[in-house]
Amino acid sequence: MAKEASSGWGSRVGLILAMAGNAVGLGNFLRFPVQAVENGGGAFIIPYLVCFLLMGIPLLWVEWATGRFGGIRGNHSTPFIFDSMNKKKVWKYIGVFGIFTNIAVASYYCYIESWTMSYVYHTLIGTFDGMSQQQVSDFFNSYTDIGSTFSGIPYEAVVFYIVCLALNTWILSKGLGGVEKVAKVGVPLLLIFGAFLAVKGLTLGTSGASPAVPDANALDGINFLWTPQFSSLLDLKVWLAAAGQIFFTLSLGMGTIHCYASYLKEKDDVALNSLSAGFTNEFVEVVLGSLIVVPIAAGYLGLDWVINNAGFGMAFQTMPYLFDKWGDVVGTLSGVFWFGLLFFAGITSSLAMGTPWMGFMQDEFGWGKKKGAWTFGLIVLILGLPTVFFYNEGVFDEYDYWAGTVSLVVFALAEIVLFAWVFGITKGWDQINAGADISLPKIYKPILKYITPTILIIVFLGALITPKGNDWEKALTEKWELDNGSILAKLTNSDIVVNKEFFSNHKEYDQPGGIVDTIIHDEEKKVHILKVKDKVRFYRNEQGEAKEAKKEAILSNLGKNYVFFDSVAVCREYKIKWKNKIVVKKGDELKLGSTIATGKFTNKSLYITIGRLLLLGLFIFICILVYRAGRKKTTT
Amino acid sequence: MNTSALIMMVTTQVLVAFLMGFFFYKVLRAPKREEPDSYSENDDD
Repeated sequence: MAKEASSGWGSRVGLILAMAGNAVGLGNFLRFPVQAVENGGGAFIIPYLVCFLLMGIPLLWVEWATGRFGGIRGNHSTPFIFDSMNKKKVWKYIGVFGIFTNIAVASYYCYIESWTMSYVYHTLIGTFDGMSQQQVSDFFNSYTDIGSTFSGIPYEAVVFYIVCLALNTWILSKGLGGVEKVAKVGVPLLLIFGAFLAVKGLTLGTSGASPAVPDANALDGINFLWTPQFSSLLDLKVWLAAAGQIFFTLSLGMGTIHCYASYLKEKDDVALNSLSAGFTNEFVEVVLGSLIVVPIAAGYLGLDWVINNAGFGMAFQTMPYLFDKWGDVVGTLSGVFWFGLLFFAGITSSLAMGTPWMGFMQDEFGWGKKKGAWTFGLIVLILGLPTVFFYNEGVFDEYDYWAGTVSLVVFALAEIVLFAWVFGITKGWDQINAGADISLPKIYKPILKYITPTILIIVFLGALITPKGNDWEKALTEKWELDNGSILAKLTNSDIVVNKEFFSNHKEYDQPGGIVDTIIHDEEKKVHILKVKDKVRFYRNEQGEAKEAKKEAILSNLGKNYVFFDSVAVCREYKIKWKNKIVVKKGDELKLGSTIATGKFTNKSLYITIGRLLLLGLFIFICILVYRAGRKKTTT
Repeated sequence: MNTSALIMMVTTQVLVAFLMGFFFYKVLRAPKREEPDSYSENDDD
């Protein structure tokens, strides 16, 4: 893009807002509070801030400086930015991650972004008015089960996805100017919307308590988020979670920061710009992000509920129900603000994901902005439709795992090694300080060389060999069993223990044990429903009611004298297509792998494999393009 | 709210907000670079 006269940033503030918009994403409002809840509340902030200082800020400087270094030499995407730092071919191909990750993440990220668009629309037309909590939750489940429609638009989820992607593509086709304009409008609006909701969260208090939840108090949520539990500082899991959060929140290891910074000139500052953008992201996350979802949910549903149910789904499955309690006008306004801020957080990030591909194709093959943008949209559409159609079959999660998690860590580890060890820390430090409008503490030079790479190696190893249940203490003192979410377990497919075949003539039970409780043959919906009971952990709250203890360890740390006990409850529900046959009967005891139905089944393993092949295909495709571009450069 | 939570929250949030403001202030107060720089809005017509 730099080769066109109109390319480049309009203003310094515009660049910082675009960078901040790139970093501020849905995770600031959804992932951060959940991570804090699950990792020791207030104590989480200590490792979080330490990781920000020792890993986040150094990597920001590295990516900004690397990007500017490559941009000055005419390269605006990581393969040839890295190539300009070291001529060994391996770096060029490691740089492929900086294009691959963006396209792959954009393909499912735009789907989440389209939910926010759709939820704004549904809030405005009053879809959620008067709905119960269960109905709001069911709405989301039906929405992602794409056959359903609520607005009369057939395949509504697909339509919103395509509209959202088309909007992204159209803005991208206007070049950096379009991206900057969106950031200049989107980031301030996001801050205003966020501030409104944060004030509501902070002042809600006990006004949301109801006969069903008499002790509900928003301040309990804030208390829990911020009360330091210093014992958790000795837990490796908490440190890994904090490092992971810093990584995702700053959009490190993606290649977008390099691309944005590559449009800077040699004498322009990167040190202060990166700090401004980084701290804007931290403000949104630590100040606004912590004051919205958790306090508001605790204010209506109680802290125990928040602890048991904290997760990504709260944004879509719970918040519309809570906003509805604020009355017609404020409720609708809050819903629009909430999903509006998520939309702006999303679009400023997804736009950034389009720029590395456009920059690469422009640099190496002379493509214009429009051609670059529309091909990006097309590739994202091809990759993204499986995540839309097979969301419940695990394709979305597979993309998120490999492209949105593993690739980032691998790429960041490689780039810090390149910058601090191969390119050299002396040259690297000079690059960071060139044109700087702020003097940086020299202590960061050894941090960049030793501490940041060490943290990244620990994060990578932590993801590679995550022990079962993320219980490091048990793994280090007793037997080390791999968690199903670890990279090794995923690579060896050991996370898939039943229904391994793509197609099968029987369906296997996928839980450790259980007893068949109910079988329903719903002729109207043409589906058989099988409900299985098993031992479930419960606790008794202060009102003496028995509640399911989904996160016992966190509840135990609350300092309340909860009594935990096991009881039998429905733990699993299976929907079997009408043409297939359930072969178990009420009272049957089930074990892992027991056959529960016969007929024709397409298993999740097929969809997961398709997802992986698509990602692999994309990576190879970009490698081929980089190879061709390299050949072209050598022949000319 | 309990005192330790209040201290933790206020300290962290004030620190983060202050640093964000401080860095933005430095950006806005930084002397303009000689042309040509990276930003088109201050280019001479």
